[in-house]
Amino acid sequence: MAAVRTSGERTTNRLAIVLVLIITMIFLAPIYWIASTAFKPRNLATTIPPTVIFTPEISPFVKLFTKRSQLRAAPTPEEYEAAPWWERLVFDGGEKVVRSGRGEVQLSGYPSRFMNSLIVAITSTVLAVGMGTFTAYGFSRFKVKGEQDLLFFILSTRMLPPVVVAIPMFLMYRAVGLNDTHLGLIILYTAFNLSFAVWLMKGFIDEIPKEYEEAALVDGYTRMQAFFKIVIPEAATGIAATAVFCFITAWNEYAFALIMTNRRAQTAPPFIPSQVGSGLPDWTVIASGTLLFLLPVAIFTFLLRNHLLRGMSFGAIRK
Amino acid sequence: MATAVLTTLDPQSRAASRGMSDLSIRNLFIIPTIVFLIVFNIFPLLYSLGYSFTDFRASSSAPANFVGLQNYRDLLADPFIWNNFTITAKYVIVSVVGQVIVGFGVALLLNRDIPFKGLLTTLLLLPMMLSMAVVGLFWKLLYDPSFGIINYALGLGTFEWLSNPNMALYAVALTDIWMWSPFVMLLSLAGLSAVPKHLYEAAAIDRAGSFYTFFRITLPLVAPILMIAIIFRTMEAFKTFDLAYILTSQPTTEVISIRLYKMAFQEWQTGMSCALAYIVLIMVLAITNIYVKYLNKVKER
Repeated sequence: MAAVRTSGERTTNRLAIVLVLIITMIFLAPIYWIASTAFKPRNLATTIPPTVIFTPEISPFVKLFTKRSQLRAAPTPEEYEAAPWWERLVFDGGEKVVRSGRGEVQLSGYPSRFMNSLIVAITSTVLAVGMGTFTAYGFSRFKVKGEQDLLFFILSTRMLPPVVVAIPMFLMYRAVGLNDTHLGLIILYTAFNLSFAVWLMKGFIDEIPKEYEEAALVDGYTRMQAFFKIVIPEAATGIAATAVFCFITAWNEYAFALIMTNRRAQTAPPFIPSQVGSGLPDWTVIASGTLLFLLPVAIFTFLLRNHLLRGMSFGAIRK
Repeated sequence: MATAVLTTLDPQSRAASRGMSDLSIRNLFIIPTIVFLIVFNIFPLLYSLGYSFTDFRASSSAPANFVGLQNYRDLLADPFIWNNFTITAKYVIVSVVGQVIVGFGVALLLNRDIPFKGLLTTLLLLPMMLSMAVVGLFWKLLYDPSFGIINYALGLGTFEWLSNPNMALYAVALTDIWMWSPFVMLLSLAGLSAVPKHLYEAAAIDRAGSFYTFFRITLPLVAPILMIAIIFRTMEAFKTFDLAYILTSQPTTEVISIRLYKMAFQEWQTGMSCALAYIVLIMVLAITNIYVKYLNKVKER
């Protein structure tokens, strides 16, 4: 903006900076609160008034990963001594870790849901970005009859409300046995992200000068070779940004996962809220599960920051 | 052999003599995506269009009976469905207006020389990248009347956010505003930074007031991008499911997607829910059409 000149303008500028800082703090407060709850002892998570200062613990994370049951009687000193450090943390909370007959520690439902989320999100991202890049190149470089209509069709498939699509998909999946499978979710997320990947990648490929490939064609490359050896490397940043967007969308998706899965292929978004279900929920465990789940997205947001604008506007607006 | 057949389709192509022709590459690159989207998006919709004219229930083995337009007639005459649409409209208006005010306001504040501007902007964008379902869950903790941090911070005592039927919808909208104001901010910032500086300089020379400068220069030039943000958020708010479903189970927050979900997967009125899905679909496609027209308009500039 214009350089600051008068003292009046300088005051407004300072005021704006202070306001921006306050607003940023308000916006981050909910995230800070969930992160801090993830490290609280259970008895401090739901105090009145809320506890702000406390000694952080990692017991919520131990509880998150293990299957536990209420202790009927306090552990004997020998039992307590023999237990590894993390098991003692569970004892301290009045619970014990459930072990199988052979003494193996039983895991909670969380790790498998987290793995399901990873499998589904990564596979569908690879498929959507792969197909999307080819299609975007096709639209960017060749004349396509009814191009605008086709692009509208592609985008509109993304805009459909998930529940609307889920009703027939549920019936079809039930008929072919794809309910509660990884493959079922992967197909849904690929279809959902594909349209987005085409729009976003088309923007990136449009920016690569056609002359690069034309020069390569003159040099004796085939169109395919030019695509793989020139366009793909030039579009690498765009491909990476698109992939991260697709990953985040699939990772965060809730409605399809809620309807199409219930146990074997269930992902984390429907699982984490289902823990609140009955009785007094242990908010420290829920918060630690939430924090672990949000962490990859937070990291990706920082990596993506220069492409966010483009991703959120389907490539229509550039920085 | 296939290559030989395809090259005859486009003998003029320069690359035709070696490798695949441009035409076949174009088809190879585009057609699989179109087919995939037709199979997994359009075919299911045709399937449910068929069911929307029947009394099919996915929970029973009774065969579906053709009932013609009965489902559509029943739905459009049902005051409860209209109530769901009214709730949805109220939700859309409250949350989109809130997002535009907060988002555009913060963008105006940020659009100047601020230390660590990039970092602050990225931090502000964090909420919209998170999972709506998980955000809904932890806002439940924040909204708790007794140990929630919101009541404590605002000194509201034991104010009921989510279990008060008159407040719940606004509480959901408030969470949505927290999540999506950053989106409006991001697009507004792009619009603001594209306003040519010389316009402001000219206005300063003419001694134009800041009110005049804002309404005659800033707003008209940012309007197209702001419009994109508004249409996009309207569409998303209209489809909202996750947040409201997780945060409350009040009848006053039963937006149309939740009604549809309950009808289809709890009451198992499959035929009826397919008909409702079509009514919703037509509305969404209408907004999408407006959205795409705007996107192309802004792109052409």
